Amino acid sequence: MIGHERMTVASQRLIAERTYELTLSGRLVQEMRQPGQFVHVKVAASADPLLRRPLSLCHIDHKQGQCTIIYRQEGKGTALLAQKQPGDTVDVLGPLGNGFPLEAAPAGSRALLVGGGIGVPPLYELAKQLTKRGVKVVSVLGFQTKAAVFYEEEFAAFGETHVATDDGSHGTAGRVTDVIEARSLEFDVLYACGPKPMLRALAERFPNRPVYVSLEERMGCGVGACFACVCHVPGSETAYKKVCSDGPVFRAGEVVL
Amino acid sequence: MNRLAVELPGLSLKNPIMPASGCFGFGREYARFYDLSVLGAIMIKATTKEPRFGNPTPRVAETPGGMLNAIGLQNPGLDKVLEEELPWLEQFDVPIIANIAGSTVEEYVEVAEAISKAPNVHALELNISCPNVKKGGIAFGTVPDVAAELTRLVKEVSAVPVYVKLSPNVTDIVAMAKAIEQAGADGLTMINTLVGMRIDVKTGRPVLANGTGGLSGPAVKPIAIRMIYDVSQAVSIPIIGMGGIQTAEDVLEFFYAGASAVAVGTANFVDPFVCPTIIADLPALLDELGIGHISECIGRSWKTGAHAVHCRA
Repeated sequence: MIGHERMTVASQRLIAERTYELTLSGRLVQEMRQPGQFVHVKVAASADPLLRRPLSLCHIDHKQGQCTIIYRQEGKGTALLAQKQPGDTVDVLGPLGNGFPLEAAPAGSRALLVGGGIGVPPLYELAKQLTKRGVKVVSVLGFQTKAAVFYEEEFAAFGETHVATDDGSHGTAGRVTDVIEARSLEFDVLYACGPKPMLRALAERFPNRPVYVSLEERMGCGVGACFACVCHVPGSETAYKKVCSDGPVFRAGEVVL
Repeated sequence: MNRLAVELPGLSLKNPIMPASGCFGFGREYARFYDLSVLGAIMIKATTKEPRFGNPTPRVAETPGGMLNAIGLQNPGLDKVLEEELPWLEQFDVPIIANIAGSTVEEYVEVAEAISKAPNVHALELNISCPNVKKGGIAFGTVPDVAAELTRLVKEVSAVPVYVKLSPNVTDIVAMAKAIEQAGADGLTMINTLVGMRIDVKTGRPVLANGTGGLSGPAVKPIAIRMIYDVSQAVSIPIIGMGGIQTAEDVLEFFYAGASAVAVGTANFVDPFVCPTIIADLPALLDELGIGHISECIGRSWKTGAHAVHCRA
């Protein structure tokens, strides 16, 4: 169920260039289940910035009653969020959206997780839950440069993990698709989150395989009411899906990328 | 006595708070948060004859104290609204105000006639002020004669009272309001969004794919207040006020300016519970200010002659 709570900051740390790992405590965590779902965060009580910020869940810890989100400081809202200290509270609405379908990868199957930049975080909870279900997880994480890399070791704890950087400063030089090709990575199901060109490239490369992509779009309400984050459905001029409430995870082919 | 109850043409409101059109879809999303029957009314998303996808994304951009949107009247079309959305809303004890839009006079008239016959539609809101579509919308709302003629034609076919939603993107909103009143409108709703733009400093291009968008949120509230203050003194039909309302105090400000009810828009996106919160907060605020019934507040800012301010030349 969607809840609304002032959650308490348990910790916050800089884990890569302009990239923060924020851990929040609250009863809302018990409602969080699916990897790929997001929370809608109001960073300031004032009207500026006015809107909430959609941030995907990176780690859900029911036992500790904590959830972790990872975000990159881009604008005014995330700059304010970066100033939060342990004990501060944050206005959180969530969990929102539909996450990655775990059932698409049966026990014993092989899942390829592909993340690009700030699209990497939701794949962490996914890797955790898939591994728990007996799925073999291989991760390919792409970043612009070495300074932007995060969670390489954390992903490695769940299985084979490859990192690619655009400038070759860490891991394989090139894109995530280059890594998949060069290493001939095999999979039964592919889950991806990252920039749209990356998602499009993956969907085009594996047209006959189960590929699930998590989309990012500017949002207003986050709950499906404002129609800010719609995307087209193939073969129709007027049919649409809302990224916030129908997604953010879609099966490739379900929406126009 | 229900001190929040308000009677308006076609509308017996248990309280004067309603979500504004375009900010609440057809209610389904917010019904997951609370019982929609607590609302005074619901202004549903603009409906056109055919389904519309709307504009490309990005469709929203944040601004200090506000947001720009260029959704472009996305909606499932008249048939689906009549067959699915309005019947679904019948489970709630709440009157519906159907916002209607079109690209041509004929489309407005056709949609108005059909939707006004739905059992839970108690009033129409004629949308002649959407700034985000190339044809129709605001094109009907910036020339008084054109707006008046459309109002007259819609009034002729509508089975329920007609409220006309005014655009603030005009030189003289009082002239517009008077022309619409004379054409037979039962009420006014104001204000729609103000046309604005943001430009990305990295790309040098507008942030919105549509280029321009409509500004809403607390940033526009003073403009709404001023326009309602002016218009309410010039017309005798009631005004449903909107523009940046976030709190019970904001509601009273709109009443003092001359509104008889209010709609809450952008604030729903920030806080899904904002409407029930405002409804719950109002009685204590009335107590604090020594006000018996909320209707006593209508136009107080200009009714007390000694304090009247003449802001129009």
